[in-house]
Amino acid sequence: MAEFFAMGGYAAYVWSSYALAALVMVGLLAATLKALRGAETTLKALEGSRPPRRRRQQRNGAAASPAAEVGEG
Amino acid sequence: MTRKKRRLYMLGLALLGLGAATALTLTAFEDNIVFFFSPTQLQTQDIGDRNFRLGGLVEEGSVSKLPDGVTTRFRVTDTVHTVAVTYRGQLPDLFREGQGVITEGRMINGVFQAREVLAKHDENYMPPEVADALKEAEHFKANSKDQKPSS
Amino acid sequence: MHRFANPARFQRLSAVVLPWTAGATVILLIVGLYISLIGSPRDYQQGDTVRIMYIHVPAAWMSLFVYVNMAIAAACGLVWKHPLADLFAKAAAPVGAGFTFICLVTGSLWGAPMWGTWWVWDARLTSVLILFFLYLGYMALVNAFDDPQRGTRAGNVLLLVGIVNVPIIKFSVDWWNTLHQPASVIRMGGPSIDGSMLVPLLVMALGFTTYFVTVVLLRLRAEIVQRKIQTMRLSEAQG
Repeated sequence: MAEFFAMGGYAAYVWSSYALAALVMVGLLAATLKALRGAETTLKALEGSRPPRRRRQQRNGAAASPAAEVGEG
Repeated sequence: MTRKKRRLYMLGLALLGLGAATALTLTAFEDNIVFFFSPTQLQTQDIGDRNFRLGGLVEEGSVSKLPDGVTTRFRVTDTVHTVAVTYRGQLPDLFREGQGVITEGRMINGVFQAREVLAKHDENYMPPEVADALKEAEHFKANSKDQKPSS
Repeated sequence: MHRFANPARFQRLSAVVLPWTAGATVILLIVGLYISLIGSPRDYQQGDTVRIMYIHVPAAWMSLFVYVNMAIAAACGLVWKHPLADLFAKAAAPVGAGFTFICLVTGSLWGAPMWGTWWVWDARLTSVLILFFLYLGYMALVNAFDDPQRGTRAGNVLLLVGIVNVPIIKFSVDWWNTLHQPASVIRMGGPSIDGSMLVPLLVMALGFTTYFVTVVLLRLRAEIVQRKIQTMRLSEAQG
């Protein structure tokens, strides 16, 4: 086990390579997920705060299917 | 549709021009992008008394440590010509006889005084057992001779 | 082509694909890490530092792969005004920059003990550094304009100009004398790397690819939601 971590005397180089790659890739994924969650909550709040528009659409008889709703973006 | 076509043609033309310009620039600068000179190139090119890099293989059996313990002497070869090198300092881990090396320094009295020695790795990757088996089969030597730089 | 340009369709399609790419990434990276660190032999010359290659080489491949994809998207965006193409390039850029950064730093960590230097200005290392700056330049340029349309157009032009750097990176080790070694896997006459070392390399490369697809899909989803928020705010402001 100790031999495995020693990496034939190159432990500092090998392990810092793997640590750096993990740091960059996990960090990028975390930042992406955070941005996505944030945007989704903002969108939900916005959609919740304007029900009048939906009522107006229904009164006009426009197709208010979920797909059409998403498609306006 | 015609506007899209026109944009496509414009883009193609621009890329073509860009490629041609880059190719021309690279050909013009070719000598400056060369990272090192081989011993044979030294015979034909007058470098004078300035710093440059010398690259080639460390000649088999040419490496010797001087009694002071920090100076190493070896010869760099491209199988046609060889250059004698002296270097004071720590050698990189990949520095071996028969392996590629790049040294920076200048020629003094026909001996290359190296300030820096870098080991060049080749494109072969294998476990030690495979290398040993290859060596035993005598294929190893033939192989490494084939793969020596053709320049 | 335009079938996928519809953002609503993309959101539905990506929701189906994402669990699969994410799952594949986790499995490939776990298997890849095991083979790279434990299940593969030492190199006869480099010893254990050969394990740095299993990060360095896939990252280098990805840095080129991502850039080529972004340049293709840039061409689609400029010629056909494809809405998702512009978003793709924008979403992929940080991932590509991340891979290039990993490639540069791990290369340095390998070079220090093996070559005897952290960095040299040879044709390969310099051209990869330029690739890194192209990514950063693109990201800066896209956000530099008040009008996002002008920003993406300027960014797309930069991506297409920078494409000349891609063959230079690939062939720099053949065209010029470099300190960097020549290609071992994608080369004439087949790979010059032993099978026991080729397997971890390829598994890690596959894992990096599925990671890229996963993160880009997530980033695209975020971009599309962001656009929707913008149009909603705009229509609200207009009453």
